[in-house]
Amino acid sequence: MYVAVKGGERAIDASLALLDAWRRGDPNQPALQIEQVEQQLGIAVDRVMAEGSVLDRRLAALAIIQAQGDLVEAIFLLRACRATLSRFGQTCPLQTDQMLALRRISACFKDIPGGQKLGPTADYSLRILGLEQANANGASPLNAADANAQANLPRISRLLEAEGLLAQPTEPEPTTPPDITQEPVQFPMPRAARLQMLSRADEGYLLALGYSTQRGYGSTHPFVGEIRMGYTPVCVRLSDIDPSVQDDTPVEIGELLLTECEMINQFQANSDEPPKFTRGYGLTPGRAERKAMAMALVDRALQAESLGETPSAPSQDQEFVLAHGDNVEASGFVQHLKLPHYVDFQAELALVRGIQSS
Amino acid sequence: MTPQLPFAYLDDQTKRMIRRALLKAVALPGHQVPFASREMPLPYGWGTGGIQVTAAVLGPEDVLKVIDQGADDTTNAVNIRRFFALTTGIETTTTTAEATVIQTRHRIPEHPLKAGQIMVFQVPIPEPLRWIEPRSEETRRMHALRDYGPMQVKLYEDITQHGTIATSYDYPVMVNEHTLMSPSPIPKFDNPKLHQSPALMLFGAGREKRVYAVPPYTDVRSLDFDDYPFEVQRWPQACAICGADNHYLDEIIVDDAGTREMVCSDTDACRARQDQT
Repeated sequence: MYVAVKGGERAIDASLALLDAWRRGDPNQPALQIEQVEQQLGIAVDRVMAEGSVLDRRLAALAIIQAQGDLVEAIFLLRACRATLSRFGQTCPLQTDQMLALRRISACFKDIPGGQKLGPTADYSLRILGLEQANANGASPLNAADANAQANLPRISRLLEAEGLLAQPTEPEPTTPPDITQEPVQFPMPRAARLQMLSRADEGYLLALGYSTQRGYGSTHPFVGEIRMGYTPVCVRLSDIDPSVQDDTPVEIGELLLTECEMINQFQANSDEPPKFTRGYGLTPGRAERKAMAMALVDRALQAESLGETPSAPSQDQEFVLAHGDNVEASGFVQHLKLPHYVDFQAELALVRGIQSS
Repeated sequence: MTPQLPFAYLDDQTKRMIRRALLKAVALPGHQVPFASREMPLPYGWGTGGIQVTAAVLGPEDVLKVIDQGADDTTNAVNIRRFFALTTGIETTTTTAEATVIQTRHRIPEHPLKAGQIMVFQVPIPEPLRWIEPRSEETRRMHALRDYGPMQVKLYEDITQHGTIATSYDYPVMVNEHTLMSPSPIPKFDNPKLHQSPALMLFGAGREKRVYAVPPYTDVRSLDFDDYPFEVQRWPQACAICGADNHYLDEIIVDDAGTREMVCSDTDACRARQDQT
């Protein structure tokens, strides 16, 4: 009775003990090691890092184990960890032109300068379930220094720009880039902030929204101009971190595995200008091609208003798209409904009974 | 590989940022101030706004009380109190009068608050106009123009449809006769406790990234009409445990036949009254 709903301390402890037991499963099975998850569930690790906004493979792998493979929960763990960390500087803008590309394709041209390069992809595999497919014992060890990887590949979009076929983004951009993790977001948002929101938005959510644009809800006629995946150098100016340093030269501190997608979209024409293609952009840490492509579709859809289109579809409504894409926020608020609401429900009960009896 | 945690979890830059937002909020009673909300180790919807506000205002000398639905011993209240005990080591209490900071979800304690106390409310939807206009761009404009007619119309429509204002909790209030504010989902029973309170009232909405405040001794008026004045909930019976007839009561179903009992939602006030009698 009364005590049952007032669980308190012991109930929480008992529940946590059960959770631990379910996480561990059969103790006769060896426990998962962080290294195993990091190495063998790499794409899951990439997603958790990207949406968790902490680019640390070991922490992401730990989060996946702790969350029993629930990636949205793992993302949440990593974000919560992020809130305890002090920010001590920022990097120079990443130059994806300099990416050492492990994969690089274009769907617009049969042959492109620098060549098409499949890299590690399941695109042309047969999805037949079976251990022979998944068993990596026969595979040759991954060679991080891929001899075929190429840096400084020319960009397909630059080639189209040079011909005057691709429009430049028209929206005014702030002089210093916004940071959605340090400043509260306000609508309407500049594209730079929108892209940040999209880059850490839930992959499934972006996929559904991007898909909706392909089915007539805010159509954009997309073509994959270029997808590239590879290592991009990360540079900092030491003067940005320590103001007493005089030297302004960027120093390379490492590299990031990134996936980038440039979509070339339907052309735009008005009486003043000749028609030009428009573009959508997707960039995400790790190997996350589905996400980068969906992000590029949604980025283009959100430019509808600035390109003079009349917004009509959900994907074109920035407050709708951006306010609901964060899975840590969404998961929390949906699930908070299971917290006790008896005070408010009591208030509603009294109200409904009152209206019924009057 | 657990990282070393700062006092009250958040790093100092973040706490400073929240305090700045709170100062602005106190200077503009009822006005929603955006802040760069962080992810806390509890999910959004569990009170992350309140937790961040509490984390920003707590000092080592503070005594913290946490309630959910009025009770100190509901799981969420226990969990949040544990979180602050773990990350600050400060003293906690269940006694309203002893607390310097009280974090709450959905209630204001029955025991009158005093000067120097801080109430921290957990807020799911800080925008009182959200159910009338979902877009923040538009509601910001409505606040700027004090375009609050649509809210009054909504209350009027309630009366024409139901014969009464059909809002029983999160009942909109006008702060300092200037800004329309959501009091958070407290039952309207608690609204009068906001008016001219000697305590500082801070409101935190983590997912929506807003804080707002009612400074001590500020007018807080629940919206109503001259011929349909604001009223709070009353019950025909008293608390089955302590006998109080002036506390907010929760309904408990006590057997399979559906027998109901009414008991205090505020466990501290209920205990105090039992001790007296």
